[in-house]
Amino acid sequence: MAECHPVGFQWVMEAKARGATIIHIDPRFTRTSAMAHQYVPVRAGSDIAFLGGIINYILSNEKYFREYVVSYTNAATIVSEDFQDADQLDGLFSGFDPKTGTYDTTSWAYEGMETAAAAGTRTVAGRQPGAQAGGGGHEFGGRGVALPHSEVHRDESLEDPFCVFQILKRHYARYTPEMVQRICGVPPEQFVKVCEAVTANSGRERTTAWVYSVGWTQHSVGVQYIRGAAIIQLLLGNMGRPGGGILALRGHASIQGSTDIPTLFDLLPGYLPMPRAGIHRTLDEYLASIKSEGQKGFWTAADTYMVSLLKAWWGDAATKENDFGFEWLPRINADHSNYQTIVDMLDDKVEGYFLLGQNPAVGSANGKMQRLAMSHLKWLVVRDLNLIESATFWKDGPEIATGEMRTEDIGTEVFFLPAAAHTEKDGTFTQTQRLLQWHHKAVEPRGDCRSELDFFFHLGRLLRARLATSSLKRDEGLRSLTWDYPMLEAGEPDAAAVLQEINGRHLSGEKAGQMLNSFVEMKADGSTSGGCWIYTGVYTDGVNQSARRKPGSQQSWVAPEWGWAWPMNRRILYNRASADPDGKPWSERKAYVWWDEAAGKWTGHDVPDFQVTKAPSFRPEPGIGGPEGLAGDDPFIMQADGKAWLYAPSGLLDGPLPVHYEPLESPLRNAMHAQQSNPTREMFPRKENLTGPSPPEPGSDVYPYVVTTYRLTEHHTAGGMSRWSPYLAELQPEFFCEVSPELAAERGLEHLGWATIVTARTAIEARVLVTDRVTPLAVGGRTIHQIGLPYHWGVGGGGSIVSGDSANDVMGVALDPNVHIQDSKAAACDIQPGRRPTGPALPRYVEEYRRRAGISVDTGTARVTPHQDGS
Amino acid sequence: MWGWSNAPDPAADTGWTNAPARKGFFTDGSVCIGCKACEVACKEWNGIPEDGLQLLGMSYDNTGGLGASTWRHVAFIEQPRRSVGTDGLTPLPMVAATSDQNTRDGGAETGIRWLMSSDVCKHCTHAACLDVCPTGALLRTEFGTVVVQDDICNGCGYCIPACPFGVIDRRDGPVGARNVGIAQKCTLCYDRLRDDMTPACAQACPTQSIQFGDLDELRVRAQDRVDTLHAAGVTDARLYLADPNDGIGGAGAFFLLLDEPEVYGLPPDPVVTTRDLPAMWRTAAIAGATLVAGAAAAFVRARS
Amino acid sequence: MTAQAEAPRRRRRGGGGREGERLMVPPATFTSYYGRPIVKASPWKSDIPAYLFLGGLAAASSLLAAGADLSNRPELRRVARIGALAGGAAGTVALIHDLGKPTRFLNMMRTAKPTSPMSVGTWILTTFMPMASLAGAAEVAALLPFRIPIAGRLLDIGARPAGLLAAAVAPGLASYTGVLLTDTATPAWHAAKRELPLIFVASAAAAAGGLGMAGAPVGQATPARRMAVGGAALALVMEQRMERSMGLSAETLHSGKAQRLFNASRALSIGGAVGTIVLGSRNRAAAAVCGAALFVGSACMRFAVFEAGQASARDPRYTVIPQREGLRS
Ligand SMILES: Nc1nc2c(c(=O)[nH]1)N[C@H]1C(S)=C(S)[C@@H](COP(=O)(O)OP(=O)(O)OC[C@H]3O[C@@H](n4cnc5c(=O)[nH]c(N)nc54)[C@H](O)[C@@H]3O)O[C@H]1N2
Ligand SMILES: Nc1nc2c(c(=O)[nH]1)N[C@H]1C(S)=C(S)[C@@H](COP(=O)(O)OP(=O)(O)OC[C@H]3O[C@@H](n4cnc5c(=O)[nH]c(N)nc54)[C@H](O)[C@@H]3O)O[C@H]1N2
Ligand code: SF4
Ligand code: SF4
Ligand code: SF4
Ligand code: SF4
Ligand code: SF4
Ligand SMILES: [Mo]
Repeated sequence: MAECHPVGFQWVMEAKARGATIIHIDPRFTRTSAMAHQYVPVRAGSDIAFLGGIINYILSNEKYFREYVVSYTNAATIVSEDFQDADQLDGLFSGFDPKTGTYDTTSWAYEGMETAAAAGTRTVAGRQPGAQAGGGGHEFGGRGVALPHSEVHRDESLEDPFCVFQILKRHYARYTPEMVQRICGVPPEQFVKVCEAVTANSGRERTTAWVYSVGWTQHSVGVQYIRGAAIIQLLLGNMGRPGGGILALRGHASIQGSTDIPTLFDLLPGYLPMPRAGIHRTLDEYLASIKSEGQKGFWTAADTYMVSLLKAWWGDAATKENDFGFEWLPRINADHSNYQTIVDMLDDKVEGYFLLGQNPAVGSANGKMQRLAMSHLKWLVVRDLNLIESATFWKDGPEIATGEMRTEDIGTEVFFLPAAAHTEKDGTFTQTQRLLQWHHKAVEPRGDCRSELDFFFHLGRLLRARLATSSLKRDEGLRSLTWDYPMLEAGEPDAAAVLQEINGRHLSGEKAGQMLNSFVEMKADGSTSGGCWIYTGVYTDGVNQSARRKPGSQQSWVAPEWGWAWPMNRRILYNRASADPDGKPWSERKAYVWWDEAAGKWTGHDVPDFQVTKAPSFRPEPGIGGPEGLAGDDPFIMQADGKAWLYAPSGLLDGPLPVHYEPLESPLRNAMHAQQSNPTREMFPRKENLTGPSPPEPGSDVYPYVVTTYRLTEHHTAGGMSRWSPYLAELQPEFFCEVSPELAAERGLEHLGWATIVTARTAIEARVLVTDRVTPLAVGGRTIHQIGLPYHWGVGGGGSIVSGDSANDVMGVALDPNVHIQDSKAAACDIQPGRRPTGPALPRYVEEYRRRAGISVDTGTARVTPHQDGS
Repeated sequence: MWGWSNAPDPAADTGWTNAPARKGFFTDGSVCIGCKACEVACKEWNGIPEDGLQLLGMSYDNTGGLGASTWRHVAFIEQPRRSVGTDGLTPLPMVAATSDQNTRDGGAETGIRWLMSSDVCKHCTHAACLDVCPTGALLRTEFGTVVVQDDICNGCGYCIPACPFGVIDRRDGPVGARNVGIAQKCTLCYDRLRDDMTPACAQACPTQSIQFGDLDELRVRAQDRVDTLHAAGVTDARLYLADPNDGIGGAGAFFLLLDEPEVYGLPPDPVVTTRDLPAMWRTAAIAGATLVAGAAAAFVRARS
Repeated sequence: MTAQAEAPRRRRRGGGGREGERLMVPPATFTSYYGRPIVKASPWKSDIPAYLFLGGLAAASSLLAAGADLSNRPELRRVARIGALAGGAAGTVALIHDLGKPTRFLNMMRTAKPTSPMSVGTWILTTFMPMASLAGAAEVAALLPFRIPIAGRLLDIGARPAGLLAAAVAPGLASYTGVLLTDTATPAWHAAKRELPLIFVASAAAAAGGLGMAGAPVGQATPARRMAVGGAALALVMEQRMERSMGLSAETLHSGKAQRLFNASRALSIGGAVGTIVLGSRNRAAAAVCGAALFVGSACMRFAVFEAGQASARDPRYTVIPQREGLRS
């Protein structure tokens, strides 16, 4: 965190100064470790075993926060007897279909909901073997999964063998400290110390927070890592409470914003799913798939969010008669995620590509595949601050040097458009706490540089002008859009007008024209608009709340008047859970939101995340759905049963509970189960994306080391903003690898010398830093060496001040099935002293390795691990 | 002129009347996260050119040290971890209790600690650079800081070997480029101070490792911090250059370190060279007299 | 700040570390930060040691010239005055060359600072040079095959007072350069603060004497020989003492470039002095050779001290260890 979020890390330092204990779990000793009280070196890709070990510790030592667990989670809920757990099926859950590589999740359902649990299967619609999921769990980012109703069976004694709590106990029983050592390489004493610290610091009086970023997400089981932490936090009562929670540190300045108002193919603004071809023909069909009237919570109002969105986009053209323009929305019919699109390019299925603020030639896993793919395009538009590698790969990509690509053969027409930087335009950033912060333009963009807003506005204008006379049905949507943003003096559209559109307005009635103050005001009858329901309120009372800058010293410690947080300026989600079931704070020390009996409403330091006048004792009539269906002690108001899910009966594609799988490329056999790696991982088996063998397949000793990738404080991602900046480039001028002294001795690597790192994909060279900060791990009777590679360098494009080989050239592409994130944190490699071969000798060198390892396109593609000896 | 006094008010000594309280830095190495924001902010604000693109292999330090084009420098020191507290956790921050634990085997866990600290011109109370400057280009400001006046410096380079910390240097570069051939160092953001702003490096520092303010107050704060650390078992914590009785009369920029100063590239007991200047002039006078006497003697009763 | 220069010494030196010379991100030790210098070496190139020598030469020469003038030794006076002129002029050129632009020298005139030996020296040199030039010019004019009408006459009249005035500031000129070096944080220089000015004046006397011996007939050169021998002897004695004062940093006089220069300086000085005593009063040619040896020996000494200082600044042990010891004692 100190490395990548140094400004945010000031609060960790402040917490430390006030007595907090800091623990850092990472394969490498980093700047964060240097500030921590305990540093735990861990094998990359093994954290589920670690987290599972903590869960086991909590359960077997009775350290859970029982009252919280019983009241606020689904621990007591009874699960279908059809469910079979991974410990019964040697690493698989019930319902797995090896042919499609997917689960039929029916058997995971709560008891009594089996038949209707098709809600779960809905999420895999369009999924075919090979070309995988047509959208996955991204769409659940802001909400729970639909349930047919909320009438769950519960056993609050937690004794029922089919209640979630007992399933959890059985599931994690084998995650002992010894097992943690066998998988993660963490000695039991060190591991138990972490367990003790975390549990001692949780409960009524204290809370523990978990902070993660891409060290946890970029795995083929990334989502389940986070689920693992979520289970810990729920068992310890650390959710919805100050000082608790799971903090997902985000990436680019507004990456949270770009999931809220997404650049993802399967989402509409506010986590509304993208409609699907053939399935969502009408608005009603679509809405029925998001919510069911029987379930609890606020998703039952999805119709108001959706209709307001359509009104924001199509204005008067959206009418009740034409389903508010629903049919003009594009539909998805398959996976159009980033990596799938790259593969489609290779197969010549994609003609043109816009790259706006992305440098995949360097930043995306398997750089060579990225560059080869782009060479299949007819046209490519790159909008960037600098002439990045993704705009120049056709003349300076490493494949030109090796002869694998020839400039004269590449027909891609590349348009490079200079972009305005964030200092050169107005707008908001949404950061990790869902806080929108307005930034003002500081300087005018230079030369031809323009903002994205300006670019898209004019692109839309030009397209609409072209289609002005079109009578084609497919053009109706574009022609009917409201496309009338006011222009500022400087000649760019007014970003504030866009934020107002997002906030939404009353369109009719006495308030017509006024801003909405809350999404609760949204209507499904077309009388309101709003571009992203969760952002409604950012223009409360017509004032840009995100521009507020009241210093912390002049307001309460929750600082509600700095910027604006979605939803409704709430700083901690699900904060009803900060009070006990009776509505009293769990402790005075941790008081945050509570029930004021006298006033008959919820109050506290933050905006209560609950219906304000619903008493803790309130119990709904059976069968009532929606917000009214929530009981007074159902704090997780977006969940279909009002409870937090320790066990996910649906919504996830790879299992209701996290289970340890080895990374796709691993030097080790899975010590937990026969099943080696995530059977539902997304794969792209092809010659451009080969996978190295892992046990039990033979040949894994050819790539005996674990390689992991990461960032340096001094650079930014693919380097477009840092390698071109002299002040940053000089701080980390060269691509390097970090190795332990022991590995250096084993392979004859010299400090500041060169090393060649080779994987099934290719080989790269890096300067060597031999450092104690990387330590060999004793794992399962073996010594595991890990090699660290920062991924910021590339050949240089135009005008880069420093350059070097790209770490991503050695990484392969396999994805988490839920969110399509690549597993760029753990792969298998070899390392040798000296520089790599150049020219055509390089592919030959790589090929020789592959031959020794026996690699074919099929290597590593088995979904269910074949039993050894044919048994 | 070169009179030595302890704890002087350098601005008043120099003739400033109604000078504001002396300003300075307290750089707390125990909370530095090595983000180098200070280095970058300084360069941005002061328009300093890039200063070399070499991988130095000195941990994450590729800057190397202070110089004409580097006015803030963050040191990175990888060390065997010194201690593990009785509870198994490392005392705040990761630093020694006793020196016999100073081996990889001594610590139960990964044997390393990583020290980081940001270095800068010390703005000495008795500033050698300023004393020796023949042109008066080096100036004592009303804030008690030491600043080069670019238009007066003639590049004689005398200040460079005079500084006991190796801070100031003459800028290299293509002839005609800004301030090439001119001595350069931290100005303690003189321009910002005059506008009542915080120096750029301190402003950028996310962890308040660099604290800017009235020197008197900073010294109190620093002592508090050391006391806190000592109470927490961080016996390594020490203040460096905070003592007005030291060889430079105490610095305007002083530090909290977790190891000996030389580990961070700082002199353990710096003394301003001009403290010995009166004696040196006396020696020179004797030498001159000896020369005259010798010359005279050479002629005494010499045959012609 | 070039990495290249530092690369070989980046590995830890000295004790206090662990595990010997392991090739890795070097653990820092109690001695230094990756072997990097703590103080900065002066940025001066050979201009400055050359000036140290030439300035001293000029100063001592002007004293010799004054003596010769008063004791009526015209030949000796001529060499010495010309030596003072030439030494001073060449020294000034070296100084200005070091600064890059002549106008930069003028910046020195903005102020007079007793805390700055360079400022003091600048004013001494500025006083000295016109006087030494006048006296020197008179000698040069006298050598010309023709007479310069009025100016020549003026030169003749002004030569003696100018020469005497130059001689009056000469002790300052010869000795301040010692302080110029010792008034730094350069370990080898600062540690020599009690001896260096004396060494510099002694060495200046040796050089000026040597020049006088070489340039004046044996009969007139007795004072030059005495000055040369006396200067050389004093310098050699003081150098011994200086080495003791320098402590650890004396090492730098005995390694690398400084060592070669220092050894040459001592050999030339001893040889020149002995030769002068034995042969100097008999044979003009031998006197010239001995004088040249002393002259060059003096120059070598300045360069040796200069280089030793530079080396002592570049290696942190000369900064750290003495300071540490000082703290312990
Ligand atoms: N300076 C700087 N800041 C940045 C960025 C940048 O490029 N430079 N990028 C921004 C972006 S886009 C993002 S997404 C964030 C990312 O922020 P982080 O996630 O903090 O970034 P990384 O350095 O990629 O990975 C973090 C750590 O994960 C460790 N790691 C690798 N594998 C594993 C594993 O299996 N388990 C565990 N426990 N740890 C593992 C790595 O060693 C590394 O130290 O940073 C943002 N901030
Ligand atoms: N091996 C490995 N690979 C990884 C990761 C990893 O940890 N390991 N991390 C992954 C992660 S989390 C991320 S986010 C990606 C990042 O990878 P990319 O997104 O491909 O790389 P960036 O360098 O962040 O690209 C952003 C570009 O936007 C440009 N830019 C900046 N501001 C603007 C603007 O206002 N407008 C426009 N048009 N352009 C702008 C910058 O100059 C820069 O070139 O890398 C991923 N790849
Ligand atoms: S670069 Fe920007 S977003 Fe990243 S830590 Fe610094 S201030 Fe925060
Ligand atoms: S540290 Fe050096 S440059 Fe800074 S004031 Fe002191 S003597 Fe001058
Ligand atoms: S280089 Fe400039 S600042 Fe330094 S002493 Fe010379 S004139 Fe003064
Ligand atoms: S005070 Fe100003 S000039 Fe000095 S280091 Fe900080 S930013 Fe640079
Ligand atoms: S900005 Fe602060 S925390 Fe960052 S390196 Fe500089 S002193 Fe350390
Ligand atoms: Mo990211």
